[in-house]
Amino acid sequence: MDTKDNDLLFLLEKDCTLPLHELAAMLQCSEEEVASRRAMLEEEKIIRGYTALIDWDRAKNPSVMAIVELRITPEHEYGYDRIAERIARFSNVKSLRLQTGTYDLQLLVQGKTMHDVASFVSEHIASMDRIKETATHIIMKTYKENGVLYYEREDGKRLPFSF
Amino acid sequence: MANDCHFHSEVISVSEQTTKHISHLARTIPPSGIRRYFDIAQQMEDIVSLGVGEPDFMTPWKICDAAISSFEHNTSYTSNAGLPSLRNAISQYLDQRFGTYYDPDHEVVVTSGVSEGLDVAIRATIDPGDEVLTVDPIFVSYAPCITMSGGVSVPVPCLEKDQFRLTPDAIMERITPKTKALVLNFPNNPTGAVMRREDLCSIADICVDHDLLVLSDEIYAEMTYEGDHVAVASIPELYDRTITLSGFSKAWAMTGFRVGYLCAPKELCQAALKIHQYVMMSAPTASQYGALEALRGELDDVREMIREYRLRRNMIVDGLVRAGLSCHMPQGAFYAFPSIESTGLSDIEFAERLIREAHVAAVPGSVFGPSGAGHIRCAYAVSRSDLSIALERISDFISSL
Repeated sequence: MDTKDNDLLFLLEKDCTLPLHELAAMLQCSEEEVASRRAMLEEEKIIRGYTALIDWDRAKNPSVMAIVELRITPEHEYGYDRIAERIARFSNVKSLRLQTGTYDLQLLVQGKTMHDVASFVSEHIASMDRIKETATHIIMKTYKENGVLYYEREDGKRLPFSF
Repeated sequence: MANDCHFHSEVISVSEQTTKHISHLARTIPPSGIRRYFDIAQQMEDIVSLGVGEPDFMTPWKICDAAISSFEHNTSYTSNAGLPSLRNAISQYLDQRFGTYYDPDHEVVVTSGVSEGLDVAIRATIDPGDEVLTVDPIFVSYAPCITMSGGVSVPVPCLEKDQFRLTPDAIMERITPKTKALVLNFPNNPTGAVMRREDLCSIADICVDHDLLVLSDEIYAEMTYEGDHVAVASIPELYDRTITLSGFSKAWAMTGFRVGYLCAPKELCQAALKIHQYVMMSAPTASQYGALEALRGELDDVREMIREYRLRRNMIVDGLVRAGLSCHMPQGAFYAFPSIESTGLSDIEFAERLIREAHVAAVPGSVFGPSGAGHIRCAYAVSRSDLSIALERISDFISSL
């Protein structure tokens, strides 16, 4: 990883749709070099994927998102890993993290309705061995995701000229 | 006024009456060379402006938050020189970042931006008739400030063939027995040129031999893209004769806060402080708290903005060259300074037609001094999407000529 790789990651993290020629101009190299650097970063799984940031509320999608926190008794030898990998298998678990504090794992769970989420948590998650406690927080509104604001903001206008 | 002016002739006489109160200085000092373009830009809806010399980023919120919080506990003047905690922070920052130490108690003054800093620095050092060498092209305020002090501004050309750096020969050609000071502004607005250590060393001897004072405006220091910025005062021979001016406007995106600083050896600094205390009293208090927060901890927000500027710089230079212009690679600040001589137009004509026909605003180079002629200043402190649009329009415009 050199400065160019680092710059490439910085640019793609903000906008992975940037065309090769623009990336090449900004990184001061050929389009071929950008493509091969990107391929290398994908191969090394430094780039894990390319997704769109979608404001589902605006898309009038009726789904419900919840943050579910779990307290867990870790396993001898494996710690949290095996149980985390089991939880990650559920397709409606959109993200999963180990965290510090009162709870150990934090899940982002998607469901069609609140009932959907509640029954998923009680039937599939809370019932697992080693889960000591759960806390489910239904998300009411998203204001900012991955550094992007989900609301419009009127900023002060700059003068067209200044020195 | 007791009598209403119903008649045109009376209005004129009133206007003349009023005009005569205006000083010779205010009457004769030339207005900013950009007013005309400003008026054109105001009338158009879809201008993409590369004419703006300020960051397009919002001030990092922790800075705004600190400024806002300050209103809850301190809305008084600060000491004339600025909050002691801020002067300490500035002193530490300059020492750690650029290897220049200034005593926070006697050698740092917090000013209302570099604009005020340069005014008080010039007033504290320039007597009527003194000649002041200024790099050319340079930020527009220097010559008028020197004139307002009764000094004579002498432009020293920094040419494209030297990557717009200041050369010892160019200085030597313009030194006279009346030469008092040399004004440096690197990284340079408008060219983006930087002075490397060897460049500064090569002019240090001249400054010593001719006993010149150096005023160094280093507001773009953090925006140095290849290698580290070399502070003028970090050259040992120059430290004692240098007044360093800088501030928070550019790197921290704090233009509206109006907060900067002036640093110099004690005697020079105290002379500037005397003038500052009469004309400004102290820099805005809330802004000083914002600046204090700006220097606290890691400068991650600054680094991220600088990275973005560097990538945009590569993008704009690539785009301008593709459009058919020759453009040196600026090493600092956030301006590209392409030559437009190949188009056969003057920089004034080019800028005016560019805004009228292509709806892209840029500043003619000659606004920044005679050596800027034949170039335009394109600020890349705009979003990449706007930059893309501007580059496309510039390319189409040049093809249409």
